[in-house]
Amino acid sequence: MRALLRKIWTTPVVAEPLAPADDDRQIEAMARQVDARAQRLFGRSLHIREVDAGSCNGCELEIGALNNPYYDLERFGMHFVASPRHADCLLVTGPVTRNMADPLKRTYDATPDPKIVVAVGDCARDCGIFAGGYGVVGPVSAIVPVDVVVGGCPPTPQLILAGILAALDRRGTFQRIHPTDGPIA
Amino acid sequence: MTSSETLTLNLLLLALGGFGVGAAGAVLAACRPGVSRWAGHVGALVGAMAAFALGVAGLAGGTLDVAIPALLPVGGFSLGMDRLSAFFVLVIATAAIPSAIYAIAYTRAYEGRSSLAGMGLGFNAFLAGMVLVALARNVLTFLVMWEAMSLASYFLVMTEAEHRETQYAGWLYLVTTHAGFACLLIGFLLMAQGTGTMNLGEWRAASAALSDPVRHAVFVLLALGFGAKAGVVPLHIWLPKAHPAAPSHVSALMSGVMIKLGVYGLIRIGFDWLGVGVSWWGGAVLVVAAVSAVLGVLYALVEQDLKCLLAYSSVENIGIILLGVGAGMLFQSYHLDALASLALVASLYHTLNHAVFKPLLFMGAGAVVHATGTRNMEEMGGLIKRMPQTAACFLVGSVAIAALPPFNGFISEWLMFQSLLLSFQISATGINLLFALSIAALALTSGLAAACFVKAFGITFLALPRSEQAERAHEAPWAMRGTMAMSAVACLALGMAPVGLLRLLTVTAADLTGTDADVRFNWNGIVANDAFAVVSPLWIAVALVSLLALVPIVLRIIGANGGRRAYETWGCGRALQTARFEYTGTAFANPFKRVFGLLYRPVKELDIQFHPESRLFVETIAYRNETRSIFEEVLYGPISRLVQRGAQRARIVQSGSVHLYLLYIFVALVVLLALAG
Amino acid sequence: MITKIAIETIQLLIVGLGAPLLVGLVRRVKARLQGRRGAGVLQPYADLRKLLAKEAVVSETTSWIFRFTPYLLVATMLLSALLVPLLTTRTPLGFLGNIIVLMYLFLLGTFFLALAGLDAGSAFGGMGSSREMAVAALAEPTVMIAIFAMALRVGNTELDEIVRRGATDSLLLLTPGHLLAFLAFFIVALAETGRLPVDNPATHLELTMIHEAMVLEYSGRYLMLIEWAAGMKLLIFLALLSNLFFPWGVALTVTPAAVAVACVALVLKVGALAVGIAMLETAVAKLRLFRLPALLSGSFALALLAVVSFLFVK
Repeated sequence: MRALLRKIWTTPVVAEPLAPADDDRQIEAMARQVDARAQRLFGRSLHIREVDAGSCNGCELEIGALNNPYYDLERFGMHFVASPRHADCLLVTGPVTRNMADPLKRTYDATPDPKIVVAVGDCARDCGIFAGGYGVVGPVSAIVPVDVVVGGCPPTPQLILAGILAALDRRGTFQRIHPTDGPIA
Repeated sequence: MTSSETLTLNLLLLALGGFGVGAAGAVLAACRPGVSRWAGHVGALVGAMAAFALGVAGLAGGTLDVAIPALLPVGGFSLGMDRLSAFFVLVIATAAIPSAIYAIAYTRAYEGRSSLAGMGLGFNAFLAGMVLVALARNVLTFLVMWEAMSLASYFLVMTEAEHRETQYAGWLYLVTTHAGFACLLIGFLLMAQGTGTMNLGEWRAASAALSDPVRHAVFVLLALGFGAKAGVVPLHIWLPKAHPAAPSHVSALMSGVMIKLGVYGLIRIGFDWLGVGVSWWGGAVLVVAAVSAVLGVLYALVEQDLKCLLAYSSVENIGIILLGVGAGMLFQSYHLDALASLALVASLYHTLNHAVFKPLLFMGAGAVVHATGTRNMEEMGGLIKRMPQTAACFLVGSVAIAALPPFNGFISEWLMFQSLLLSFQISATGINLLFALSIAALALTSGLAAACFVKAFGITFLALPRSEQAERAHEAPWAMRGTMAMSAVACLALGMAPVGLLRLLTVTAADLTGTDADVRFNWNGIVANDAFAVVSPLWIAVALVSLLALVPIVLRIIGANGGRRAYETWGCGRALQTARFEYTGTAFANPFKRVFGLLYRPVKELDIQFHPESRLFVETIAYRNETRSIFEEVLYGPISRLVQRGAQRARIVQSGSVHLYLLYIFVALVVLLALAG
Repeated sequence: MITKIAIETIQLLIVGLGAPLLVGLVRRVKARLQGRRGAGVLQPYADLRKLLAKEAVVSETTSWIFRFTPYLLVATMLLSALLVPLLTTRTPLGFLGNIIVLMYLFLLGTFFLALAGLDAGSAFGGMGSSREMAVAALAEPTVMIAIFAMALRVGNTELDEIVRRGATDSLLLLTPGHLLAFLAFFIVALAETGRLPVDNPATHLELTMIHEAMVLEYSGRYLMLIEWAAGMKLLIFLALLSNLFFPWGVALTVTPAAVAVACVALVLKVGALAVGIAMLETAVAKLRLFRLPALLSGSFALALLAVVSFLFVK
């Protein structure tokens, strides 16, 4: 306990302000616009349910990194929840496989309105290298309405975060929260 | 004879008349089951209402003195009534009134299956026996009525005698109740010999003449006899078998009041007949009570049979009631009479409460069994949609028995806690620790009881139906629902407005201990021991209800989204939800099974049948996780083997020849005459 | 009369409005201890506000019990807030009940929450209910023995009176029994409010959940009420711990200045306990469910020792 406390005392906050995403073109707002009221609401509090609709787990590793002290998702008022009932945002990865198409639809229906859907990764966008596979139904947008797509194989954590913020129209948030901190080298 | 005595006598006659006419009517109309059903139970209802009035009159100070010397030998037939008797008559009537109305509708299902004449006769005899036990003033009257009550209930238990388990339950009940009766008989005779009188009313004054060994022997024997009837651990094994086997309205009476007559006896020996006892008596009662309370609820918790669960919970509640009796006896032996009265008040309050909510729960269980045709909770579920009113009543009963505010169980448990907490006034460290442990036992009991009734209500009534019968269940007839609603209202009334009852109980307790209970009360609340503890049941209920109403209003004002969308239960996106995904009663109880594994000693069997071709394919999985009763295995197993071995030996004298038996009788007579001479 | 209403209103406001702040504070301190920035302390307000604005998705399987429970939970917590001595030893509605009443009000909430957990018919909910009831039942004896220890110490079970005796007779606070009773009650508070090492409030793993598993089905305003009630329960427990065992600053007389001091003292004490809980939660791991009885019986032993020690110094 003492050793742990000393370690805590000597370790600084390692959360870093986020650099602007490497390539903003990877993010596309889809047809559906998130309405302004929901944007305002979620701007300060967003609970995310992650749905793996058939991914190779590359994206999951990057999403998992969002929770670590370096990216520290929680400082934006976001966190992952255990049930779609608690969620405002579905973070969907992978090409949607036959077995996951129905569960994805059910998860979407189980989430209370208003809600947003962010498709993460190339596979979620257009099935990536799995396109045309016999077990693949199609991209996420073929099953549920998607608000934002974050491309990349896999996308970096910054990019994913930028994608979520794009859906909320809060791209400038990092700088506003920590204006004095410089970007990551 | 004063006018009040005329009134009580008339009420008594009306009560007995009601029971008599009911019994006779049921028998006379034997060939018309419908008429028999009505006649028997309406008679019982009239009798019970008269008994209720009699109890109220007695609590208000009315007395009764009936002696018919010619009716019985050795002292004759003699009845009398003090406040304690009156209170128990009231308790009996409180449970009997709803049970009788309920029975009119409930016994319809027995038409053509069982003898309704027998049921009507048994039911009325049972009620009359109980009332007369409480009023008996003479050894022989008491014992005869006690036996009448036991036999009548035995025949009622055997209503569905075609089932093997009923036969076993009836046999077990008969054996234990007679073992208890034997203890009572010896104890009463010892007492009568020591005091020189058969009149129960004179024992208190005469008990000073008893020598110490006789006093202790009488206490132990009577406590065993009454304890067996009350169903205290370890004399409880008949109770969870016999109560569920009986029809529900009879279970309600057996669990709700018959076992209370054991409590009545224990209060009599603890506070009346034997005078002020020594401290180990109270200590022993306290320990047995604590063990009964905890073990009763623990066994209830793992039970899957709804009526069995309720029966075990009666063991628990008897334990709670006896905690007060034991504490009162201890307080009395330490000359803290005001506290003794407080403990008794708590105890009596709980006695009445239990006589309200246990019949309610049994009637609810009866309605459920009636609708689904099973007692197994694992085959129920979803009944709150199909039987909403029964469910609401059962919920009230569950909350009340879990001792939660604002219902009646809470008041009596609160009083019980205060009387136990106040034990710090005794300055004997050992006794203080004993009380500390009984406080812990009561606390554990109330926590476990809450868990137990979450299970009882949740598994039975909530979620999806687990069987086809449950799917097709229908609401109970209005007479059954009406009586349940009546009892539910009584639970709430006794929980919110305890003043009237408390007033009667404090006088009753003061009659026994000679000192007023250490408690003050009015409509605003109850105060124990000069501001040691305060509770205001009425205002708590008012505050709770107003806050409940306020929250949604505030939500609306601050503009909460009122939208509600119905969708399937979240199951991680699986294709369908069926009842097989639900948590079962067994699973619910599993943490408790593991924590208290020492006691349950669960047997776990997992049997997986694989496909003959490959172990990767499972054909069937059978899982059994049953608990074993240590009492039956460790305590009663050896006793029963011993008795059987003895019986084998004794069989040599049984030849079947009448001549030989005549010879036995002759020899016995000669020996007795020789001894007497 | 006006002072009485004022005091009760302040208590309601402290508990009702302070609860999200307390939750936010614990989370913030934990984040900092883990080397993160974490959300601001005001984050829970935003969360609750958002939940209020969302629709509620309710399982078709559920009955009225599921929808009634959140309101009942909030009502029991608000009622508790009215009768607990947060600021003064003359709590106007203290006559509603003593500490045992308070414990039974909490148990009433737990009872219905466990029913609501079973109502949707999902395996998670049932699992949570079963575990929650097991923890609640096993915690109950410790609570009552700790109360017995206090009754031995001050000869009373009235919350106001216990606090008053502690505040006027500071030597009472130095007895070993006092410390033992505090430890026992602290462990119970952790168990009752679902904190580590009993239950992890931040877990996403259904199989390790207790409280969270029961509320997986809730959404929208129902979820908001439940989260709010959970926060209030934490606040009431911490306030009880601080006022029963460290009754510094509690107003013995009802004057505006004394009440103001009491407010500040309460904020400081509860804040300190919140930081303590955050540090504890950073340092310890969640116990396996079937190791919990050992923890709770440990706390029971502590409470019993407290009783014994008071019996000997009496």
